[in-house]
Amino acid sequence: MEAVVTNFGMQAAAAEIFLLTAICVILLVDVFLDDSKRWLTYGLTMVTLAGCAFVTWHYSVDSRVTAFDGMFIADPMGDVLKLFTYGTVAVSLLYSREYLQRHGLFRGEFFILALVAMLGVMVMVSAGSLLTVYLGVELLSLSLYAMVAFDRDSGVAAESAMKYFVLGAIASGCLLYGFSILYGVAGTLQLDELAVAVREVGAGNLGLIFGLTFVIVGIAFKFGAVPFHMWVPDVYHGAPTPVTLFIGSAPKIASFVLAIRVLAEGLDAMVASWQHMLIAIAVASMIVGNVVAIAQTNLKRMLAYSTISHVGFILLGILAGTTDGYRASMFYTLTYVIMSVGSFGMILLLSREGFEGDQLEDFKGLARKSPWFAAVMMMLMFSTAGVPPFVGFWAKLAVLGAVVNVGLSWLAAVSVLLSVVAAYYYLRIIKLMYFDEPSDTYSIEAGGTLRAVLSANGVAVLALGIFPSVLLDLCARVLP
Amino acid sequence: MSTITWPILSVLMWLPIAGGVAMILLGDKSIALGRWVALITTAVTFGISTLLWTNFDTTTAAMQFVEERTWIPFFNSYYALGVDGFAMPLIVLTAFITPLVVIAGWSVIDKRPAQYYAAFLILEGLMIGVFSALDALLFYVLWEAMLIPMFIIIGIWGGPRRVYATIKFFLYTFLGSVLMLVSLIYMYLQTCDAGQCSYAIAEFQRLPLGLNEQLFIFVAFLAAFAVKVPMWPVHTWLPDAHVEAPTGGSVILAAIMLKMGGYGFLRFSLPITPDASDTLDWLVISLSLIGVVYIGFVALVQNDMKKLIAYSSIAHMGFVTLGSFLTFELMRVNSGDTTGAAMGIDGAMVQMISHGLISGAMFFCVGVLYDRVHSREISAYGGVVNTMPIFAAFMVLFGMANSGLPATSGFVGEFLVILASFRADFWYAFLAGLTLILGAAYTLWLVKRVVFGPVANHHVAELTDVNGRELLVLGVLALAVLGLGLWPAPLLDVMRPTVENLVQQITVSKL
Repeated sequence: MEAVVTNFGMQAAAAEIFLLTAICVILLVDVFLDDSKRWLTYGLTMVTLAGCAFVTWHYSVDSRVTAFDGMFIADPMGDVLKLFTYGTVAVSLLYSREYLQRHGLFRGEFFILALVAMLGVMVMVSAGSLLTVYLGVELLSLSLYAMVAFDRDSGVAAESAMKYFVLGAIASGCLLYGFSILYGVAGTLQLDELAVAVREVGAGNLGLIFGLTFVIVGIAFKFGAVPFHMWVPDVYHGAPTPVTLFIGSAPKIASFVLAIRVLAEGLDAMVASWQHMLIAIAVASMIVGNVVAIAQTNLKRMLAYSTISHVGFILLGILAGTTDGYRASMFYTLTYVIMSVGSFGMILLLSREGFEGDQLEDFKGLARKSPWFAAVMMMLMFSTAGVPPFVGFWAKLAVLGAVVNVGLSWLAAVSVLLSVVAAYYYLRIIKLMYFDEPSDTYSIEAGGTLRAVLSANGVAVLALGIFPSVLLDLCARVLP
Repeated sequence: MSTITWPILSVLMWLPIAGGVAMILLGDKSIALGRWVALITTAVTFGISTLLWTNFDTTTAAMQFVEERTWIPFFNSYYALGVDGFAMPLIVLTAFITPLVVIAGWSVIDKRPAQYYAAFLILEGLMIGVFSALDALLFYVLWEAMLIPMFIIIGIWGGPRRVYATIKFFLYTFLGSVLMLVSLIYMYLQTCDAGQCSYAIAEFQRLPLGLNEQLFIFVAFLAAFAVKVPMWPVHTWLPDAHVEAPTGGSVILAAIMLKMGGYGFLRFSLPITPDASDTLDWLVISLSLIGVVYIGFVALVQNDMKKLIAYSSIAHMGFVTLGSFLTFELMRVNSGDTTGAAMGIDGAMVQMISHGLISGAMFFCVGVLYDRVHSREISAYGGVVNTMPIFAAFMVLFGMANSGLPATSGFVGEFLVILASFRADFWYAFLAGLTLILGAAYTLWLVKRVVFGPVANHHVAELTDVNGRELLVLGVLALAVLGLGLWPAPLLDVMRPTVENLVQQITVSKL
């Protein structure tokens, strides 16, 4: 099946090459713009995203293609994930524009960093060797550190960026250390060769397990899974909301693909070892995320803990170690990103001059002020809680099915019981919006684009809930 | 054979939902028009539902009016609808009660009325969907989705402690049903092992399962359905939800949503896990009897009218679960003879329909009083008959029906279940029979304290009798209660093949 593309795999990496070129162009153009013309950078960024989508679509592949001596992979899953990434980045930027302008953050660097981070995601998606994986991880992480600290005047943001950086650097170190041990034992960095080498050496090899442990630490950190979750609430809370929105979307796709490429493709023979590690991490994430989220009064912090618990669910699909599990996990990741982008978009919708809109209290009586957006938020919250007929339910169902299928029914029972705990804090937001009276008289000031996209986002959650096949079949098709 | 060629069940399910969406779009500004939209939608839905009854083939236990199309290939799930003798009467009941709820809220609801009607219309569509779903996944989706409008109804239009009550309601029922989801997934995977992956309920019923598997699945189902019914000791959400819900919400909750628990037992627990049901029938029977007797005593001491009726609902629903699970005991006693075994299930079904009418009517009665005096305390009333004679007549009638007086529908179901329990065990019958005393005691004492006696205070003295709207609602319900009580045969005929089929099904061990 595998075909090596001639001309050094330029076609396989066409989207990445295009993006990098575009980033350089935007960087140059931006230098010559004054603040009143900054919209041009924004526009160019959007054009770049559209261009990436076109290139990826044009060079999309029907089966796996390797390039650059196996360092780089183009496959249908990668194409879908990349297209989805462009979409979420575009939506994130659409949501963020007004906030950035209001806070004096509407600067060229923001868009450059976002695009570089996206390039990191794309490199990870297409990684064919541990080295490429690491390259992508660092490209993404370094851009995110800078984005968190983007609001220079904010002490909280600087603090959380520092925390993120220090912990993230340790995690990257762990990941790299794990890779190096794997390399030492298996003698290769190439993922497909690694899979063969592991079978030769034997999955029970102590050196491999030692290396695997470090790799798992790195993956868990990038996901923000317990016990490597400490950075998540602080970063989500401290970063400017558009950055939180960004971190909550595309990088989740990257974490998913990191786990798939390294664990499911490279170390698939060691499934028995990493399954046990991931069970512990997943259960701990679901417990800590859901229980601690109840105590939060800040929506961004609450969503951070909710993210941690969702990561637990994503891991459930991966730890099943079956194709159905990976499909379920991919579906969960994509739906989670849709819901997460919408939820943070709601915060941006409420925010205005001198008002962040990120306290739970700020949602009080929203149903009075704006029935439509209260309904959108309600759909997002029910979906995130996993209540049918919204799309979040199907995501949960898919991963639960994968877990039960490998004989881990108890794990499914534990996770559904914890999702009842989760329902409580999502319901609380609906309670604030619908059952409480407004505490102020401000109305929503956000502009038309934000309103339109957010409305579409909310409707998507319902529409995909009634017709989940659209997305499910896609996941099933690209992960054969 | 049915002569209807168009997708009648889909229309019944989606018409109210479409009406609900239209209500939201209309908004509060054009509510005068909106009320008529709501009324016409629900009335048309009821009209269509009567076609179900008239075209229903009473000679077969097979599903009728079946629709099936692919829904989610990934899960091998189908959008499959169909009704049998259990589902059809409950759908008609749903379609019958909802227009009454719309009429009852006509001029009473002034806070966000468009959303109020929309919630009820969407809820109606979802409930009809639950009763007609043939695919377990579709069933589950609708079953859970139903919580959302009810959550909103109690939370927005409820009483002072509405937030507590509605969150408790949601979490309680959500907790109950998630384990059901896991067992549905488990059975789905079992069908895959058998060769053909399917979420069809009929496939689950055919699926061979070991005793241990059955026990786990049975317990998971029990968690879901016992909470919904509700059975003692997981009933505590119901009094709170009932007390705080607006009148319409209480009516729908008591009349229809509780029936879903009973329906679930008949559709899922008994046929899918017959051996586990046989093994654990003592558990369900004891919980039911405790519910009947203990909750009857609890109802006796309530000061709040709605709470009293809520507890009486729990006691009456105890008959439903008791009747459903007596079957095994009856077969053991009669050494496999199934003729008597059907009686318990017959009784359970009649009791469900009858309780739907009576409890709905009782909550409407409380609503009539509450709209005038704004108090649910029994002590706030007394001598209502002096100022509201017509209303008093209705309340006495429904009180009698609630205590199981012959010639009302309340009698038929209870009588059948008690008769069945006599065949099984004298003491079952003795305990179940206590309800005739307890039910009469708490209901008639309520009626006595509220309706009779001298005029208690100036609020009662200023009461005006029922208006045309209320008269319509109560009158229609009174006719239904008396009609079903005097002539239950049509209902029993409709159910007979289905009941017999179920009894046949559960006598065959899956082991």
